[in-house]
Amino acid sequence: MALDEIKIGGLGASRRRVEDNRFIRGKGQYVDDIVLPGMLHMEILRSPVAHARIKSIDVSAAWEIPGVRLVLTGEMMAARNLAWMPTLSYDTQAVLATDKVRFQGQEVAAVIADDPYIAKDACQKIVVEYEMLPAIVNPNQAKAANAPLIRDDKENQPTNKIFDWEIGDKAGTDKAFAEADKVSKIELHYPRSHPSPLESCGSIADFNRATGKLTVYMTTQAPHIIRAAVAMVAELPEHMIRIVSPDLGGGFGNKVPVYPGYVISILASILTERPVKWIEDKSGNLISTGFGRDVYLEGEMALRKDGKILGVRMHTISDHGAFYADAQPSKFKIGLMHSAFACYDIPAAHLTATGYYTNKAPGGVAYRCSFRVTEAMFFQERMVQAAADDLGIDQAEFRRMNFVKDDMFPYRTAFGFLTDSGQYAKCLDIGLEAIGYKNFKAEQEEARKRGRLLGIGISTMTEPLGAGNSREYDIIGIKMFDSAELRVHMTGKALLRTGAKSQGQGHETTWAQIVAHELGIPAEDVVVEEGDTDTAPFGMGTYASRSTPVAGAAVAMVARKIRAKARKIAAHLLEVSEEDIEWELGRFYVRSNQERGVTIQDCALAAYSNMPDGLEPGLENNAYYDPPNLTWPFAAYIAKVEIDPETGVWDVLKMVAVDDCGVRINPMIVEGQIMGGLTEAYAMASMQYITFDEEGNCIGSNFMDYLLPTAWETPGFELHEVVTPCPHHPIGAKGIGECATVGGPAAFVNAVMNAIHHTGVRNVDMPLMPNRVYEAIQTGKDISGMPPVKSGD
Amino acid sequence: MTSLYDEVAPTPPSDVPTRRITVSVNGEPRTLDVEPRLLLAHMLRQGLKLTGTHTGCDTTNCGACTVLFDGRPIKSCTMLAVQADGHEVETVEGLASASELHPIQEGFKQEHGLHCGFCTPGMMLAAKALLDKNNNPTEDEVRWALSGNLCRCTGYQNIVKSVLWAAEKMRAESN
Amino acid sequence: MYPSRFGYESPKSVAEAVALLDQFGGEAKVLAGGQSLVPMLKLRFAAPEMLIDINNIEGLQYHRVDPDGSIHIGALCRHEDLEFSDVIAKNQPTIAAAAHLVADPIVRTRGTFVGSICHADPQGDWAAAMIALDGRIVAQGPKGKREIAMKNFVSGPFQNALAFNEIAVEAIIPAPKGVARGGYLKLERRVGDFATASVAVSLDMVGDTIARAGIALAGVGGHTIDATDAASVLVGKKLTAENIAAAAQAVAAAADPRTDHRGSSDYKRHIVQTFVSRILTGIANSSQKAA
Repeated sequence: MALDEIKIGGLGASRRRVEDNRFIRGKGQYVDDIVLPGMLHMEILRSPVAHARIKSIDVSAAWEIPGVRLVLTGEMMAARNLAWMPTLSYDTQAVLATDKVRFQGQEVAAVIADDPYIAKDACQKIVVEYEMLPAIVNPNQAKAANAPLIRDDKENQPTNKIFDWEIGDKAGTDKAFAEADKVSKIELHYPRSHPSPLESCGSIADFNRATGKLTVYMTTQAPHIIRAAVAMVAELPEHMIRIVSPDLGGGFGNKVPVYPGYVISILASILTERPVKWIEDKSGNLISTGFGRDVYLEGEMALRKDGKILGVRMHTISDHGAFYADAQPSKFKIGLMHSAFACYDIPAAHLTATGYYTNKAPGGVAYRCSFRVTEAMFFQERMVQAAADDLGIDQAEFRRMNFVKDDMFPYRTAFGFLTDSGQYAKCLDIGLEAIGYKNFKAEQEEARKRGRLLGIGISTMTEPLGAGNSREYDIIGIKMFDSAELRVHMTGKALLRTGAKSQGQGHETTWAQIVAHELGIPAEDVVVEEGDTDTAPFGMGTYASRSTPVAGAAVAMVARKIRAKARKIAAHLLEVSEEDIEWELGRFYVRSNQERGVTIQDCALAAYSNMPDGLEPGLENNAYYDPPNLTWPFAAYIAKVEIDPETGVWDVLKMVAVDDCGVRINPMIVEGQIMGGLTEAYAMASMQYITFDEEGNCIGSNFMDYLLPTAWETPGFELHEVVTPCPHHPIGAKGIGECATVGGPAAFVNAVMNAIHHTGVRNVDMPLMPNRVYEAIQTGKDISGMPPVKSGD
Repeated sequence: MTSLYDEVAPTPPSDVPTRRITVSVNGEPRTLDVEPRLLLAHMLRQGLKLTGTHTGCDTTNCGACTVLFDGRPIKSCTMLAVQADGHEVETVEGLASASELHPIQEGFKQEHGLHCGFCTPGMMLAAKALLDKNNNPTEDEVRWALSGNLCRCTGYQNIVKSVLWAAEKMRAESN
Repeated sequence: MYPSRFGYESPKSVAEAVALLDQFGGEAKVLAGGQSLVPMLKLRFAAPEMLIDINNIEGLQYHRVDPDGSIHIGALCRHEDLEFSDVIAKNQPTIAAAAHLVADPIVRTRGTFVGSICHADPQGDWAAAMIALDGRIVAQGPKGKREIAMKNFVSGPFQNALAFNEIAVEAIIPAPKGVARGGYLKLERRVGDFATASVAVSLDMVGDTIARAGIALAGVGGHTIDATDAASVLVGKKLTAENIAAAAQAVAAAADPRTDHRGSSDYKRHIVQTFVSRILTGIANSSQKAA
C-alpha cells in the first residue's frame, strides 16, 4: 500500500515547522548567542559626516583604557593590504577609511576589547579630524558639471557615473512610439528602503594559529560565496576557511554582501590570536549596510486607442551610494529591471539605465527585491495604471486586454525573457471577485458624494525567480547552481544538507517534505542542515527567492538518484529483475505480484548489510542543479483603501492576494511568506523610507526615523491561490518568498491614487504619508521625490 | 578581566565599582556582581547565558528584548540590571515547564506565528502578559497589546492567530 | 547601545534622594521609569556621574481623586496605571484619551507620568495634557516642598524648572469647575512614533456652558503651545458649530510649526485645527446624547 503523502509530511502538507521547536523555547542559536573561550568584542567607530578628507586619526587615548586589546585604523589595514576589498559588482569598497570618508556611517576605526562596553568607551576616545567636502545626495547632484568626484581613489573614474546599460529593441520601440495613438508618460521614484532584519549583522572570527584554520560564524545568507570572498580578500587558502551561518534573525538580502565589519573581525582575530565578536547595533546596520531601491524612472508607454500597448520605453537612474556593491548577477548592471512587463504581450520595449555614485551607504539590490524586480514591477504597474487612466479604460480591462494569454506559452517577452506558464486572467478574476470590484465604481461615487474617499488599486505581475541558469547568471563569475546531499542511514532515517541558507523560510521543514515526496521516508525522519561550508555542499545561498527553484530542485534530484539506487537494491531483495519493479510512495513492489514488496527502509538497511554484487554499498548521494530557466510565479494583489480627506491618513479596508507559485510544498509556509511580503509592501507604500538632508546626514538610521509598521497599523490579508505547475521544475514548484513584496506596493499606491483620481493627481511618490496625500488632494498636483529634509530637522 | 558579566566571584573584582544584586529569574534566585551601567538584557544574555531574550534595536522600539518584570512586560534593554535587584524576571526560558510547553508556545507553532524566530520570545511574553490580564481578547486587543513588538517576517496575522489559539486553550484548561 | 560609566544609588526615601541630588551638585540624574533616560544613556546623549533610582521609594505609585475633585498623581505612577484606571476613565477624559497613545504598551508599564513631564520633550503628550488641564508639579527639595504651575515648568527643550536638588514627587490636576470634559488626538504614523502633531483639550462644563477651557498643542512649535486665545474663545460660551470653528481658527493661529519630513507647516497647522474641531465636536455630540 502506498503511504498517505500528507500523513508522512510530503508535498501539500501544512507540516508544522521543525525550526519552531528551538525558537519557541528561546533556544535558537544566532551569532550573538555564540560564545567562544577567550572571545573579545569589537566596536566600530563610524564617520559622523558624509563626505570629508581625513586629516588625522588619534587613537592613543583609546589604547589607554583598561581592557582594550587592539585598535585598528585604515592605515594599519592598508599596511596589510586590507584597507580596500572587492565588491560583488567588481568595484572596490573601503574596509576602514584611509583618505576620505564617503558616506555618513562609514567605518573609520575599530576597537577590540574585553567587552563591548569597554570597546564603546574606547571608540569615544578616538579623535578624528575631518576636512569637510560638499556632499552629493542624489543622482542629479552626482551628474552635475561641477560635482565633486566621490571615487577619486579609482583610476579611470572621471565622473560620478558608474555605468550606462541598455537592453531591448530601440528601433522597434521608436517605431511603436511613432505609430502610437497616445503616449502615456510618468516619472517615478522608488525611495531608498532598508531590509532591516530584526537581527543586525555580525561575525565571530576565530583564527586558530595552531591549525591555520579560520572559522567565522557570521550572519550570511550565502556562506560559500563568503568563503570564496574571504579567500580572495584575506589571501587565506580556501580549504582552511570555514564559514558557519547559524540561525539568522531574518535576512531579506541584507546579509548577502561582505561588510567591512566581517573583514576587520577576521584581521583582529589573526592579530590578537583570540576569537573576535562583532555585533552591529541597529543604527550601524541601517546607516551602512545593503539598502534597497533608490531608483528613478522615466517611463513611457505607446498605446493604441483601443488600449493595446504597442511599446514601452524605460529609463532608470539608480543611486548606488559610495561603492558599487550590488549583489546581483554580473551581466545585469541594474539587476533584472528588464523583467518589467513580462506578463503583458508587448511587441517592442527598450530600457536604458544609468547608475551613479553618491555620498550614501553602498548597495541597492536588497530587501526581498529578486534583483530589482521590486522596482521593475512597481514601475510597471504604476505605468499601467497611468496608461489606463490616460485612455479612460477600466484598470482591470486594460490589464486583461494586454495579458499574455494562457495559450501563448512559452512566450518570449520584449526584453528577452522566456516565460513558460501562467493563467494571468484567472488570477486577476479571482482577485476582482474577492475585493468586490463589480460594484465598486458606484460605491466609490456614492461615497465621494458623502465626503468619503475610497479607492481600489490593482497590481498584477509575473516575476523571474530562481537565479539562475549558467548561461546567463553568475555572481563574480561563480555560476548560480545549487546543491543537495542526502545520506540515508541504515535504519531508514536521513540527513540532508543543501547549499541554501534559510533565514526563516523553513527549509528544515520543507526540504524534508520533498524527500518524503520522492522517497516515502516520513518528513520527520529527515533532518536538514544548512550553513556550514565544511559540511554543506557548495551552493550560492538563499536570496532572490531562488531556493525552492534551485536548491529545492537539487533536493528532488538527489532523492531520485537515491531512489534509482534503491530500486536496484529492491530488485536484488525481491529476486526479480529491475524491469519488473514498480514504485509507489515508500515501497517497491513486483509488478506481477503486488503483495511482494520491500519498503524504502528495507532497501536502506540492505544498502549496508546485503548489497547486490557490483553495486557500491551505502545509500548516500549528492546533486548539483543548474536550472534550465527561471520560474515564473504570478500574482494579482488588490487593495481597497479609504482616505480621511481632512488628514490624509489612509486605511486599508481590504487586501486580497491571489498567488500562483506552482506546486506548494507547504501551504502554511507559503501563505506565511506572502503575508510577510504584503506587510513590507504596505510598509514601503505608507511609511518606510530613508532620506538625506543636504549635508548627507541620514534620516532613517534608527527605528525612530525608519518606521516599521506594528501589528496595529498592518492590515489583515485575504489570500487565494491558483496552481500552475512550473513545467521544468522537478516538482513543479516556483519561487514565492518575495512575490508579495515585489507586487504589493503598487496595489496600495494605485488604490490611493484611484481614491484621489478626481483631483487630477496622477502620482504621489512613496511613502504615501498622510501629509503627502493631503497635500496632493488640496493642490491637485503630483508629489515627486522624497519628503524634503533640511539639516537640523 | 572585568567581572561585568560574572556571577558571584570568589575574589574581589577589579577596581571598577560593582554592586551585588539578587534577581529571581524564572523562579530561581541568581546573584551577580554587576556594574550599574549593565543593561538587564545583557545581564540575562551574557551574565546568565539565557540567550532567548534578543536585542534588535538601540532606540527601545522593537521589543525583541521583552521579558516579564514582576509579571508586567518590559523592554529589558531599557532597564539596568541593578534595577532588577529583589524583583522577579521571567524570560522565554521560563515559559515551558519541565514536561510541557506553555499554550502560547504551542499556539505559535500551531498557527505558524514565527519565521526567523528573533522577535518570538518577546512577542510571546508580551502575549502572556495580555492573556494574564484578559483571557478572551479580541483581535484588535491582541494587535494593540503587541504594538510594542516589531516583526519583519510574518506580517503579524498569524501571530494574532497564535495568541487567540493560546487564549482558547488556556480558557479551556481553566474550566 | 552601551552607556558610559556612572554611579548608582537607590534611596529608600524622598529625603534621602534629595540629599543625594544635593550632594552631587547637578551631576546626578533621577531614574524613575527610565524609558526616556535609559535610551539617552545608551546613545550616550546623556552621561551623568550618578543615577539616583527612586523606584524603591515606598508610597509614590498612587493616583487618586481627592474629595475636592483634584487629581493627584505620584512620581511612580506608570502610564499604564492611568490607561487602565477606572478612576481616570470616570473623572478625567483628557488623561484617559491620551494615556493609551503614549509610546507603546510595553514602555507604558514602566514609564511614569511625572517622569515624562520632567523629561520635557517638546513633543510630549503629558505636557500638553497638563497645560490644557492647568496642572501643577509638586517639587521637593532640601528646604521642603513647593508647587510649580505646569505653564512655568518647562524652560526649554528637555529643560525643566526644577533646581538641581529637587525631585518632582507629584502632579496635581485641579478640581474641575463643573464636569470635566476633554479629549486628546495625536497624528502618529505608527504606534510609538514622534507625533506629527497632537492636541489636548480640557473643558470644565457647567450645564452646556464652558466654565473653563484649556487647549495645548504639541509638535507644532519648539515647545508645547498653550493656545490661550483659542481657550478664551470658548469660556462662557456653548459648544456651537460657530464657536468650535472659531476656536479651531485660533488654534491654527497659535501653532508655530516647522516644515520638515513629517509635513509642511501648513499641514501641521491644518492638523491641529482639524483635531481641535473633532475633539470639541465629539464633546458637543456626546453631551447632547447624555442630555
